[in-house]
Amino acid sequence: MKYQLEVSNITKSYGDLKANDNVSLRIKDSSIHALLGENGAGKSTLVKIIYGSLSPDSGEMKWANNEYSPKSPFQARENGIAMVFQHFSLFESLTVEENIILGLDSVGLNDNFSEQIIKYSKQYGLDINPQQVVGDLSVGARQRVEIIRCLMQNPKLLIMDEPTSVLTPQEVADLFVTLKKLAADGCAILYISHKLEEVREICSEATILRGGKLVQSCIPQEHSQKELAEMMIGKKLTELARANIAVGESIFSIDNLSRKSDDIYGVNLNNIALKINKGSIVGIAGVAGNGQDELMELLIGEISSPKTTLNFNGQDIGTLNSHERRQLSMFFVPEERLGHGAVPDMSLDENMLLSRPDSTEMTSNDVIDWKKVATHSKNVIDTFDVQTPSSRMLAKSLSGGNLQKFMVGRELIQNPELLIVAQPTWGVDAGSANNIHQALIELADKGSAILIISQDLDEILSLCDKIHVLSEGKLSDAVDMKSKGLEKISQLMVGGKTQ
Amino acid sequence: MNESLFINIIIGISIASVPLIFAAIGELLVERSGVLNLGVEGMMIVGALLGFVVMSHTQNPYLAVLSAMLGGMVIASIFAFLTQFLLTNQVATGLALTLFGLGFAAFAGRGYTEETIQLITAVPIPYLSDIPYLGPLLFSFNPLVYLAFFMVYLVWWFLFKTKQGLILRAIGDNHDAAHAIGHNVVRYRVMAILFGGAMAGIGGAFLSLVQVPIWGEGMTAGRGWIALGLVVFASWQPFRIIFGAILFGGITILQIHAQGLNINVSAQYLSMLPYLATIVILVSLRMRLKNKTNRTVPNCLGRIFHSTT
Repeated sequence: MKYQLEVSNITKSYGDLKANDNVSLRIKDSSIHALLGENGAGKSTLVKIIYGSLSPDSGEMKWANNEYSPKSPFQARENGIAMVFQHFSLFESLTVEENIILGLDSVGLNDNFSEQIIKYSKQYGLDINPQQVVGDLSVGARQRVEIIRCLMQNPKLLIMDEPTSVLTPQEVADLFVTLKKLAADGCAILYISHKLEEVREICSEATILRGGKLVQSCIPQEHSQKELAEMMIGKKLTELARANIAVGESIFSIDNLSRKSDDIYGVNLNNIALKINKGSIVGIAGVAGNGQDELMELLIGEISSPKTTLNFNGQDIGTLNSHERRQLSMFFVPEERLGHGAVPDMSLDENMLLSRPDSTEMTSNDVIDWKKVATHSKNVIDTFDVQTPSSRMLAKSLSGGNLQKFMVGRELIQNPELLIVAQPTWGVDAGSANNIHQALIELADKGSAILIISQDLDEILSLCDKIHVLSEGKLSDAVDMKSKGLEKISQLMVGGKTQ
Repeated sequence: MNESLFINIIIGISIASVPLIFAAIGELLVERSGVLNLGVEGMMIVGALLGFVVMSHTQNPYLAVLSAMLGGMVIASIFAFLTQFLLTNQVATGLALTLFGLGFAAFAGRGYTEETIQLITAVPIPYLSDIPYLGPLLFSFNPLVYLAFFMVYLVWWFLFKTKQGLILRAIGDNHDAAHAIGHNVVRYRVMAILFGGAMAGIGGAFLSLVQVPIWGEGMTAGRGWIALGLVVFASWQPFRIIFGAILFGGITILQIHAQGLNINVSAQYLSMLPYLATIVILVSLRMRLKNKTNRTVPNCLGRIFHSTT
């Protein structure tokens, strides 16, 4: 068997923390190889070592049977390794063409390059226009730009770091077609993902890391999704089940809510109506960019709406700001973690205190008692397994998944009567997602109402007892999950989609 | 209005706008790379002093201009070191640089306040300058005037026609991404900052070598700040710098000629004009862009780049 890349016994430490501890990995020619692991398992470190942006403390690598120790990404690219980054490495104010040129070391500016880009884009069915400014593109189109930039290096190995986390289901399907074609053309792919279903669909091999160590290499199709997840987290997953769905009286309603978006790329909301009862989990499914952001801003109170359009416990609250809403026991987890959910440059403790509607338990005469704050943060950190050295760390220093756990936890421990949460497990690994889901269910079992806005259909299906679909700013009627709703939901999602 | 007055006004405007063009085009490149250097005024005044001192000792205009550029670069290199290697806050460092430059120049220039030098004079281009009207308007300037306009072209060409320019713009747009694909963010920024220093230095020297033959404490009189405003006014587009600088230069000249034309306004009001105009234009520009996604500002402007790998 021929291997394109062999990684042997790589170790890399940051102080006391061993990010990679004696990790080995072998990627076959023309294969799609999955690299699995929770947040902080050492996937990114390993990939950075392969891509030359980090050098290992010990261990060696072979590239097509030759010694390989890249000093920089330039060297990695020279050898034929290309990478699509998790947070796109694109430049928003530049055109597609300029972005692609920036990633290609041998191409200058005057090489009249558009035609070649178009040629590649046709060959792999990746539709892009070289002259467009990247800032105007959808997330899916941006990823196509990244992929084409990589493909134009004619790579022998393409590394993809969680490529599907921001894509719509249709875009994911398109991506997989491209990846399969690429592998068939002789390019090996190292595919990093949390999404085990996808890994089982397209990867022929999987390497699983946990806590910096190699757990196992296996063939993903030989294991169930649950088994793979348990290998990743090293313990059993909790089965999700609602103990008792005791739906009480109505607690929150949206009535006739419309909004004209002030962003030229935004979506106008049209006559949104919805009711939530105590003890019920209601989901809003739908492909991102169909008005979710606009709706969330209104629900949180970042933007006010006519008084009577929102009603909580019999009180019209459309004009209340988010602090006033929190005082009524409505709590929120917005999708955008840095900037909306948390202040990036403040510590977890400070972020803990900031969103509290009533901070008397952490202050005395308005003077902050940091010890008490830290106790509360510690509680969240322990309960939701947030990986951080201390609660004094800045919010922005945590990985996305970890911060998400902290933010969901922060809201949950306040026992909200209504929790509105957007993308509760976005970027969170399987084990932690399981924890968050379990906590949401427990909250609902206690009689609180939950509204989940998510484009992860599996998540919505497994948690919610009533589901709406948001499409082009219009909200469908509720689909009751007891009566075979799945087909109907798919129809609604597809029906509302414009290509 | 007679013709010679008209020509004089045009020439006056050009002369008044040149220091602004130099300083602003340098700062434009700096800001395109994502760095905000508020020390333009400080670099200009050091350039003005050094140019004057070297001229008064050597009578060599080339050496004088060159020293002014070097002086600007030395001051800029302090800024580069502090912000790019010690990761200090750019706004605070830039302000400190201005204060330092002004103070240093005032101190070091004490012995030169009584001196005068031979101004660098205009060099009419043979034959072309004899063309009626066009000759005096286009072909009878000081070489530094042509250089200023050429620098604008050069910066435009670099930014939009070379790969290095593209990389520099990319770094200003998203330094993390640029770093991720392997470009050396700090090196590009240091070079840009040094270029900005050289341009500010030469802009300052234009004041003391071409406009007036004397050295005076604080003789840059806020031109560095106007240059900073000009970069915003130009929406980071090189050629718009010329337009903006001429506008501001024009207001300055208007201030001088207004009295000659018997417009009875107090001199204090007139000397406020360029600064007032700066504010009005910046505000109106912002109003115009209010509801649009602004893609002209380099996204990383003023942000500290700290490589984690």
